[in-house]
Amino acid sequence: MSLSSSDVKRIAHLARIEVSDEEAEATLQKLSGILGLIEQMQAVDTTGIVPMSHSQDVVQRLRPDVVTETDQRAAFQAIAPAVENGLYLVPKVIE
Amino acid sequence: MINSSLKQLGAMLQSKQVSSTELTQEFLQRIDQHNPEINAYITIDAERSLAQAKAADARIAAGTAQPLTGIPIAQKDIFVANGWKTTCGSKMLDNFIGPYDATVIKLFDEAGAVNLGKTNMDEFAMGSSNETSYYGKVQNPWDRTRVPGGSSGGSAAAVAARLCAAATGTDTGGSIRQPASLCGLSGLKPTYGLVSRYGMIAFASSLDQAGPMAKSCEDMALMMNVMTGFDERDSTSLQRDKEDYERELGKPLQGLRVGLPKEFFADGLSSEVAAVVESAIAEYRKLGAEIVEISLPNTQLSIPVYYVLAPAEASSNLSRFDGVRYGHRAAEYDDLLDMYCKSRAEGFGAEVKRRILIGTYVLSAGYYDAYYLKAQQIRRLIAEDFAKAFTQCDVIMGPTAPGTAFRSGEKANDPVAMYLEDLYTIAVNLAGLPGMSIPAGFASVDGKQLPVGLQVIGNYFDEARMLNVGHAYQQVTDWHSRMPEGL
Amino acid sequence: MQWEVVIGLETHTQLQTKSKIFSGSSIAFGAEPNTQASAVDIALPGVLPVLNAEAVQCAIKFGLAVNAEIAPRSVFARKNYFYPDLPKGYQISQYELPVVGKGSLTVQVGDQEKTIRITRAHLEEDAGKSVHGASVGMSGIDLNRAGTPLLEIVTEPDMRSAAEAVAYAKKLHELVQWIGICDGNMQEGSFRCDVNVSVRPKGSDKLGTRREIKNLNSFRFMQQAIEYETRWQIETLEDGGTIQQATVLFNPDTGETRAMRSKEEANDYRYFPDPDLLPLQITLEDIAKVKAVMPELPGDMKECFEREYSLSAYDASGLTSSRGIADYFTAVVVQGAEPKMAANWVMGTVAAKLNEQDQDISASPVSPLQLAGLFKRIADNTISNKIAREVFDAMWAGEGDADSIIEKKGLKQVTDSGAIEAIIDEVLAANAAMVEEFRAGKEKAFNALVGQAMKASKGKANPAQVNEVLRRKLGA
Repeated sequence: MSLSSSDVKRIAHLARIEVSDEEAEATLQKLSGILGLIEQMQAVDTTGIVPMSHSQDVVQRLRPDVVTETDQRAAFQAIAPAVENGLYLVPKVIE
Repeated sequence: MINSSLKQLGAMLQSKQVSSTELTQEFLQRIDQHNPEINAYITIDAERSLAQAKAADARIAAGTAQPLTGIPIAQKDIFVANGWKTTCGSKMLDNFIGPYDATVIKLFDEAGAVNLGKTNMDEFAMGSSNETSYYGKVQNPWDRTRVPGGSSGGSAAAVAARLCAAATGTDTGGSIRQPASLCGLSGLKPTYGLVSRYGMIAFASSLDQAGPMAKSCEDMALMMNVMTGFDERDSTSLQRDKEDYERELGKPLQGLRVGLPKEFFADGLSSEVAAVVESAIAEYRKLGAEIVEISLPNTQLSIPVYYVLAPAEASSNLSRFDGVRYGHRAAEYDDLLDMYCKSRAEGFGAEVKRRILIGTYVLSAGYYDAYYLKAQQIRRLIAEDFAKAFTQCDVIMGPTAPGTAFRSGEKANDPVAMYLEDLYTIAVNLAGLPGMSIPAGFASVDGKQLPVGLQVIGNYFDEARMLNVGHAYQQVTDWHSRMPEGL
Repeated sequence: MQWEVVIGLETHTQLQTKSKIFSGSSIAFGAEPNTQASAVDIALPGVLPVLNAEAVQCAIKFGLAVNAEIAPRSVFARKNYFYPDLPKGYQISQYELPVVGKGSLTVQVGDQEKTIRITRAHLEEDAGKSVHGASVGMSGIDLNRAGTPLLEIVTEPDMRSAAEAVAYAKKLHELVQWIGICDGNMQEGSFRCDVNVSVRPKGSDKLGTRREIKNLNSFRFMQQAIEYETRWQIETLEDGGTIQQATVLFNPDTGETRAMRSKEEANDYRYFPDPDLLPLQITLEDIAKVKAVMPELPGDMKECFEREYSLSAYDASGLTSSRGIADYFTAVVVQGAEPKMAANWVMGTVAAKLNEQDQDISASPVSPLQLAGLFKRIADNTISNKIAREVFDAMWAGEGDADSIIEKKGLKQVTDSGAIEAIIDEVLAANAAMVEEFRAGKEKAFNALVGQAMKASKGKANPAQVNEVLRRKLGA
């Protein structure tokens, strides 16, 4: 799987990371090296093997439906970049 | 005092030979003296540490002390601690003061331990040399021109340089064991699910596990007694009874079946490391262990599998760092999209960005099956290799890392070479097994004596036995108690 | 050309739990911004989700209610995209293995029944809200709603008109309230519909390109939006245009739909199983436990009403349109009321009153016991149907039960034949002209005379007796 500089820019956009053209070019080489490493997997026949998401075969534990949290807005918003009237501020959201 | 075991320190505190305040001051003073060069800590908050020490002294006086009460422990800066700057080694969190306590932090607090400071680490735990930290590289106390390993490099250097009594680390692909090996200390990554991940900033959720980094296995047993346990805030935390990890210490190793995977002694292993590991195994033979050759045929595949799964999970885990609610926000931007892209481009370092991009790529439309799903399938093959091996042996032994500590900058520009550092450790995370590195001796490299670690891999929940396997060796060797010069 | 519209619905129902789906924050509506947003909800570094048991119960209830497969093992996945109201940068949802599989819901469209196939229903978390009107050029983010449990219910494209879509949505709306998993409050966003609309030439079996109308929160808007969208698509195609797949919003002020500026140019959500959550297991025992506490379902109750009370499908369907109405009706019948009469009253007089005052049946001032008491007095001829209306109004106004009102107001029916004859004699004497008309063969005049007699008795005379005596006196 070979990657192009425009692929890097597309992925970077999906990941919301700004990359300049030069950065995309430099990143491309490193990513291609890593993808080359990953390509080794394709030689393995994995037909019929159940994918493993967790190392232990356990199921989800359920939490009783109880309100346990209290208002911590002041503490949480003390470290926020921009707040106003209890709201987190961001540049205008356009739909 | 700085060379004392946790048990010895506990006894000294109990008998009032020393107070926690004095002990904490001693370490703080050493940190003042050596940290500017070694750079093991990102954050020191003497006032907070001393307040905890004072409380510990009161607790000791009141007779309600526990084994770790009053003992200064360094915490990897991946654990969110209330009131402490918590950076995860990233510019992204340079302004982040923890608004709550990670479960691990809470458990140490409840045990009365003193939080001595937050240790340096590779940014978001992504690295094997501590060179990706926004807060600068960490020196290996055995050779200041070399790396301490990573990602828990700050914790490793702090323990090795005696800038704390013990430390915590986290291990996603070897981040406790490899720096333990490179810095000559003991480090244990427990079975996945034994230590709560709540408040531990996630790198790869299905692989991350916290564990102790200390001078000896006995010290680690004491730490494990505090760190482990079911946590209702972590869905992947296992519901098991609390264990006493000291219970096996002192038992003879007679009849212990030690498996040596032939793949761990093949190409890629440096001859100096191989020699040290072999002499350690000879020591185990003397202790009564029976050596069997085993095979872990998919070892080589663990690296590609890991470099699909870990970045995939990381790319998603790190999406929350968007400059909206906390963390770095770019100073100037045109609109919302631009704010996201600039804040993340500025806040993350190069290696983190690379891994986010790889992870985004392997999950993107059209590639999921070929990469992510395939990697999860091979992950199962790797876990099955171990299951088969453990029918033939009780523990597996081999090198922790392929070489000794390398020079700063040596691999910084070659991610693939850096990734190969984790060849022997990654498979353990993929399987969710416990793995440990203990000091096994020194190799002479360029006229320097550099530590070499022996890796011990156990079956699920076999930590108590593993700790005894390490402890027995540490009763007949003194590698673990050696200290770097000039400190 | 004849066109056919094809409609499928995706409905987000907010589950009636106390706490959020993955955290212990309250989901109460209307709190100050971000005061119900815990560390987990605002996605602080290091926090982890733990699944709410009640949300799972709700999903099982719904699965049982639509006769669906309930997955013994389902998986939570991450849907990755950036948006300020989505704190983690991903939404925890279910993708490949949803908790509820194929089911169906039968709805009444006019006098026709239609079965809509349900594709799946899955658990997921809601996002927060963007609030406009903060500082100039900025939006404010409130994360109180983030993490509220939702069950997203998806249908097959089985509906062929706005009326069918609305009938399905209404039926679903009633059902989720019936089984107690959703409060159904559409103003507060507890029940939101996304409608996929496409058109195709009638007779074609190929689906056209669909556009998705997002976030409809009233049935009236849904009707209008689908009708507008259908017309727009047909006109576009007839003018030689093509339909582009899009997400559209309905503007209630103009009655039009318009395409949204897309959130993400090309959506690539990079779904993968959430490693922070383990597979959700639902055993047969779990299902049996829920079954044991499930209320009787509307469909079963409807059949029971038809069978046991000989009611028409139309009546039975109306009486089971909400649990409140069904419970009320049942309570009236249990008191001994004749079912058909009870049905007529509950769906007629009672419903009209409630409608007039925009109230729910649970707020009815006339209890089932009181209504049954009224019916007893109709049945034993104490009052006529007409007087019963008057008594009912008084009961509604809180003047007491039927007997005391009849007593107090002297509304008891006159059945004494002597008294009735006297009234009729007076009426005949006073209305000689009408009597003449009747004798000349105008049957209408007879009815007028009955009316006069009833009026003279202040409505209390037994109408049948009045009829009989009048005919006798007129020699007819």
